[in-house]
Amino acid sequence: MRIFEILLLLCLIVCAVSVAFTKDLLTSIIIFMSYSLIMCVIWVLLQSPDLAITEAAVGAGVTSILFFVTLKKINAIRKEAEDEQKER
Amino acid sequence: MSRRKDNYENSLWKKFRGWVDGEVDLLADGMETVDLSRRAGGNAAEAGEISTIPADSDRIRRLEEYREQKGLKLYRRVYQVMSVLLCAAIIFVLLWTVVYLPVFGEASNPANNEVAARYIESGLQETGAVNIVTGMILDYRAFDTFGESCVLFIASCCVLVLLRIDRSSHDDRQRKISEETNDRLYEPKNDIILQKCACVLVPVIMIFGIYIVLNGHLSPGGGFSGGAVLGSGLILYLNAFGFQKTGRLFTERTYRKVTLCALTFYCVAKSYSFFTGANHIPSGIPTGTPGAILSSGLILPLNICVGLVVACTMYAFYALFRKGGM
Repeated sequence: MRIFEILLLLCLIVCAVSVAFTKDLLTSIIIFMSYSLIMCVIWVLLQSPDLAITEAAVGAGVTSILFFVTLKKINAIRKEAEDEQKER
Repeated sequence: MSRRKDNYENSLWKKFRGWVDGEVDLLADGMETVDLSRRAGGNAAEAGEISTIPADSDRIRRLEEYREQKGLKLYRRVYQVMSVLLCAAIIFVLLWTVVYLPVFGEASNPANNEVAARYIESGLQETGAVNIVTGMILDYRAFDTFGESCVLFIASCCVLVLLRIDRSSHDDRQRKISEETNDRLYEPKNDIILQKCACVLVPVIMIFGIYIVLNGHLSPGGGFSGGAVLGSGLILYLNAFGFQKTGRLFTERTYRKVTLCALTFYCVAKSYSFFTGANHIPSGIPTGTPGAILSSGLILPLNICVGLVVACTMYAFYALFRKGGM
């Protein structure tokens, strides 16, 4: 169990650093989502399931959706549109 | 006797007056501005795609030249070094503080004081909630939770102010252009995979959210997390089936009514219970048998109130981000 905790904490640090260093905004949002999921498991291990549910619903769910919508609004998701144009 | 200023046209006061009156833009030389006439032009959707790319690169080149001319390069280098130094200093201070923190989970920590002991020992009798955390946040510390709900409400009001599109101020032509250029008003493209998945998932998510809200005083969860789950279920349904379907269930009027009723009920109920508790009057609210679904006095209705406010706020955020209205 101890090793699992240390592994999770290491993943947390890696995620937090790579969010800042990723060039693609879409990728960094998905890494941020996984950060929230790891944090959720850590809350369960710290015996606070209330916080874990909230973290999963808000951190991994709603916040990321709002980020995605914002990215789409400012036309930061470019790749998908280019692929669609190529298909046509 | 005052002397008449002969150089009024070039004086600082004249420039200031002009700036206040909006005639002269002092930032006009240094700022990169978007040409408004081209943006609002007729076929912006077709012409904008082609013409923006060279204009952008040209603009970026000009910006680079401007930076070099003004010697901003040195400033930027100093800025980078200073920011790294500042970050390192803050990290050092934080780690230095960590050294002096007590050991995690030690029995003699300052967090293990009489307040926590009181909550754990007599929380079940006083609030009637099996889940001590909910008993704490909705009974002992209910005022904090009220503040949190109000913060959420104020946040959604701010988003409403910032992102709402006023229909009356746009004429039809302009609205059609904006409809084409951005996807605010796009309906979903009837994705069959998304719709079938939503058909299966949305009822399960909704029932799970309602379960979390109603069982807040018995099991982990409560108003906030359950409301967030409900809100994400609504968002999934909206994504799959579009604004027309959700509009039958949820409009701006419902949002206003539900939020107002929930916050008012919360305020009145907790005012009553704080008033009676502070004056040592029996409040007359039965706590019931611990473990039953209808128990623990005011906690269940307050959980429902918080859940409604949170679900409405989440949905309102998403709708405002997507469409600029509900």
